[in-house]
Amino acid sequence: MQNDTVKKLVKNGAIWAFIVFQLVFFEVAGQWWSLSDSAFMDADNMLLLLKQSAPIGIIAIGMTVVMINGNIDLSVGATYALAGIVMLDSMNWPFMEAMGDAAIPLAWLFALVTGCVLGLINGVVVWKTGVDAFIVTLGAMLGYRGLVFMYNGENPTYHLNWTMVDIAEADILGLQTPAIVFLAVVLIVWLVMTRTVHGRNAYAIGDNREAAVNAGIRVGPHFVLNFVLIGFLAALSAVAFYSGSGSVNPNDGMLFELWAITAVVLGGTKLTGGRGSIIGTLGGVIAIQLLRKGLGHIGADTETVNLVIGTILIAVLFLDRQLNRKGAEELKV
Amino acid sequence: MADTAMKSLGGVLARQGILVAFILFMVGFTLWNPRFIDIDNVFGVVRSSAILGVMALGVTFVVIGGNLDLSVGSMLSFSAIVVLDLHENPAFGPALAIPAMFAMTLCLGAINGFLIGYLRLNSLIVTLGMLSAIHGLTLTYSGGQNMDIANQNDTWFDVFGRGSALGIPIPVLIFALLAAILGILLAKTPFGRRVYAVGGNDTAATFSGIPRARVVFMTYMISAFCVATAGLIQASRTMGAQNTVGQGMELEVLAAVILGGASLLGGSGTIFKTVIGVLILGFIQNGLLLAGLEFYVQFVVTWIIIILAVWLDIATKRGKLWSPIA
Repeated sequence: MQNDTVKKLVKNGAIWAFIVFQLVFFEVAGQWWSLSDSAFMDADNMLLLLKQSAPIGIIAIGMTVVMINGNIDLSVGATYALAGIVMLDSMNWPFMEAMGDAAIPLAWLFALVTGCVLGLINGVVVWKTGVDAFIVTLGAMLGYRGLVFMYNGENPTYHLNWTMVDIAEADILGLQTPAIVFLAVVLIVWLVMTRTVHGRNAYAIGDNREAAVNAGIRVGPHFVLNFVLIGFLAALSAVAFYSGSGSVNPNDGMLFELWAITAVVLGGTKLTGGRGSIIGTLGGVIAIQLLRKGLGHIGADTETVNLVIGTILIAVLFLDRQLNRKGAEELKV
Repeated sequence: MADTAMKSLGGVLARQGILVAFILFMVGFTLWNPRFIDIDNVFGVVRSSAILGVMALGVTFVVIGGNLDLSVGSMLSFSAIVVLDLHENPAFGPALAIPAMFAMTLCLGAINGFLIGYLRLNSLIVTLGMLSAIHGLTLTYSGGQNMDIANQNDTWFDVFGRGSALGIPIPVLIFALLAAILGILLAKTPFGRRVYAVGGNDTAATFSGIPRARVVFMTYMISAFCVATAGLIQASRTMGAQNTVGQGMELEVLAAVILGGASLLGGSGTIFKTVIGVLILGFIQNGLLLAGLEFYVQFVVTWIIIILAVWLDIATKRGKLWSPIA
């Protein structure tokens, strides 16, 4: 019994232990080897880190839910770009321009609705056709990217509104808006997944779909709801980021899906579904951003970050398998 | 009589649906614009599809074996950068650069194969990690710089991408030759049957004495070999490359393989069908361009075609159009 608690603690705590290790390592390496003249564990630096991890982080939270549900979504990068384009372009429409700053919430609304609709399309296709989510969203990744290009060709879309920039860069206790949005998303989705019927059903479906069906859970609507959620969050991520930057390139958001999946897997969510946690994903997102910043801090080439993250991802997979297999053997005894 | 004919027609449609769709598509476009079937146009399309196609041949083995390979795009960038760099290195020159690049790319394939075959790790995550790691490796190798061949007139290196023999472009010849060899390997040899067995039912294959780990390892080696060949064509065609030349290609390759009818669950698919899948993507792109549409319209068309193709495939298998998901 106690052994179980310890094992659970080790498994769930691993990502946080890794984060602490990184903090100490980069701090010590920076000072002792005099690779950097500033402290790494500086409050401003950490707050900035949270802001920088927001775009991928918000998407990764949605990805966690979809993966717990036993699906995957490869189209989030394109959804992110399209929502950003809709938001900035809608600000240029004549009636929106006539509204002045009152148009801002409306532009946000358009972006979020775009995200929800794209998610809805994926969800309904997965539900009604029975085609695997990997294939459906792989196709949608191409298709939605095509829509991004069709919207404005290969030109960037921009609209600079200073009120919007001010909102995006406003801060409370040093936390800037994107970081606040990220943390709020973590809290809300965590509550949904742990405290609501929908969350419980999502875990049940991911764990064993047949059993869930036999228990009277309607699988399809839960699928659709989770795809709408990840579409919404991808759009929210775009809103939080592009409100400040004011310009979208049609290639933006490429490979976001892969970064998000990496963060989710580092956070301990299983690809097979049924297991995983929102808080773990928060850890995964922070760990990746910390690594990125830390390597820059000690003067390593930023290029090495890809190498290191890829290696860590594979190592985590290997260690996780070893730990789980050991657990299973003990169970047999 | 008529009934039997209808039934067998239905059977053919179900089995060769993708081929039938391809022929209908070709006929339709040719009627609309006769230039479409012009020999120069056809060679042009096949030549521009050759890089994607060669990669798709290798990934077909991996997918039939029941795994995924998302690292092929990064690996393509790696092989193109490496071969160009070694070409410029006086100690190597083109004759040594090519085998050296193949050896290095095969090492990456061996890492994939070892982790997924022998250690039995999940292929999606391993190759996702490798996608990132190889990208980092490429950037570290090149220092983030683009690679170019300085003296382009003084080398025979461009033959793989720009040359032609008997009026047929060399990339097309390489693609066709490789497709023929790998098609025979997959369909006519014991190794090919083992790949199907491992992908179809892993446990059953192990119990019938098939060395699962070695077979999976070999599928990744074949994939890496194909990527190295594609990298050679890419580098030779442009005589220079960016670090990101293969970025995003892993999913396009996978789309071609799936379009050809290989199941992501493993155990089904053929080299011939993958070639059809590649050609469909290539001709759609070409047809839309001839129709005066922008290149990105093909993304949307590809999306719809992929989903329709896979949907029709599984709908005929289960005998119902709509999924039984409640």
